[in-house]
Amino acid sequence: MTGTGVGPELVRLDGVSARYDQHVVLSDVSFHVHEDQFTGIVGPSGAGKTTLLRLLLDTMRPVAGTVWRQPGVRMSYVPQLETVNWNFPVTVMECVLMPRTRGRRLPWASRGEKAEVHAVLERLGIGGLAGRHIRQLSGGQQQRMFLARALLRQPQLLLMDEPTSGVDVSTRHDVLHLLADLHEEGVAIVLTTHDLNGMAAHLPHLVCVNGRIVADGAPADVITPAVLERTFGARMEVLEHLGMRVVVDESPASMLTRGQA
Amino acid sequence: MDTLLAPLEFAFFQKGLLVATLSGALLGLIGVYIVLRGMSYIGHGLSHSIFGGFAVAQLFAAQFYVLGAGLWGIASALAITVVVKKSRVGADAAIGVITIASFALGVALFAKFGSSGPSFDNALFGSILGISTVQIVGLVAVSLLTGAFIFLKYRALLFSTFDPEVAAVSGVRVTRIEAALMIVLSLAILATLTVIGVTLVAAMLVIPAVIARMLTDSFGRMLALSTAVGAACGLVGMYLSYYAGVPSGTMIVLVGAAVFVAVLAFTGGRGLRRSAGLDAHSEDLLAEPAAR
Repeated sequence: MTGTGVGPELVRLDGVSARYDQHVVLSDVSFHVHEDQFTGIVGPSGAGKTTLLRLLLDTMRPVAGTVWRQPGVRMSYVPQLETVNWNFPVTVMECVLMPRTRGRRLPWASRGEKAEVHAVLERLGIGGLAGRHIRQLSGGQQQRMFLARALLRQPQLLLMDEPTSGVDVSTRHDVLHLLADLHEEGVAIVLTTHDLNGMAAHLPHLVCVNGRIVADGAPADVITPAVLERTFGARMEVLEHLGMRVVVDESPASMLTRGQA
Repeated sequence: MDTLLAPLEFAFFQKGLLVATLSGALLGLIGVYIVLRGMSYIGHGLSHSIFGGFAVAQLFAAQFYVLGAGLWGIASALAITVVVKKSRVGADAAIGVITIASFALGVALFAKFGSSGPSFDNALFGSILGISTVQIVGLVAVSLLTGAFIFLKYRALLFSTFDPEVAAVSGVRVTRIEAALMIVLSLAILATLTVIGVTLVAAMLVIPAVIARMLTDSFGRMLALSTAVGAACGLVGMYLSYYAGVPSGTMIVLVGAAVFVAVLAFTGGRGLRRSAGLDAHSEDLLAEPAAR
């Protein structure tokens, strides 16, 4: 699985800065997304991870720098589960069909559209749930439903905001495998995560963000105590287990020892 | 049976019944979007704002007061959207300032110069008297326009109501859809003002939609139910208004409230859970997304 991106570019940010009101969230960020990319954006809360996704998606304009997108590039976005109003009156079928706003003018789904939705739900392991209200799904099923909605557009680039936030370990594994399969099929993926061990360490390419890009590279190059301290502003230890990087908080005992020294 | 047929002998009641039923259906239909987008307060504000425009317009050209009020309402709706998006003022505060100031201006102008159209009380609480053919044609036209807009833009409206950011990424022109919805809302309020009244229109935007939400989990069924409930409230409310001798708007709203209580008793906790937090992410719809 490659992920650093060497194929043709889909989106390119050069020297981009972004802010909300007067609060600068990102400054001088350059980030290129290629056709074969699979990147995790890591950083603490408020580091600008979601803002970076918004700049890629064109739902936010930068205050400086330039953004280039491949003409006609198809992008899909999966938001954080926490931002969704789960009480909204829609069924899974209605929700997955939402991106189909062009072509068919009629409100109701055609037979072909229904078959398409059933097929993608089946592929994601939630076939048979099309008639359920979205609130009646588990966290993992809700994530898959949004993935199904994103895939219905047949995207070249899939952007996901904290896809494993609030889901259990088994679902996290399933989501990771699913994303790996999609990447193998040629979908470029950029996701944000603050889960270093469960998510970031398994990805082929990482970008550490904290108001700017702190580091960029393979997990072996990026998941180091020095980079993590610059990214998260906290000391962490990095262990090696079966060739994988494992991050642990600095132990309370060592903090106490340092405090006494 | 006589109770139902007797008032129909009067032409004014026939017109009133038609307008009340159609008004209820129209407000019930568009109210689904207003409630789900957390715009109930905008509906409340816009009706008050239109009252100001109505008073100002008739000072200059009495025959065009409906047009003037309509333009005033649309301008207020767009002003609220711009103020909220471009400044730090919250949606509720912007609506409070712009629309209630407009209402106060209307009250002042009414007090000073009087009205060449509906009376002060009728404008506030609705009346079935003096409904003109022009008003009926206007209401039918606005209803057809609203129905066509919702039918043709059903998917884009649903997507941008549920998740505006993802809708924008998926190619929905969210700002344009929201502006169009505000214009349609202004026209619907204007067209129904005569029968329902300025102060009671907001209730009829909210009550049928909430009742429908308590009864179904499907968006398509909620639209149909809300329209039907609104129409039924208009119809029954108009008869009760005739026999009780009270303003039509008050009776239509009271019928809606009674249906709400009955449905609440019938659905119990299930209905309450369904209708809780309907507008959970409404802040995001008007304000800039928060920094994360």
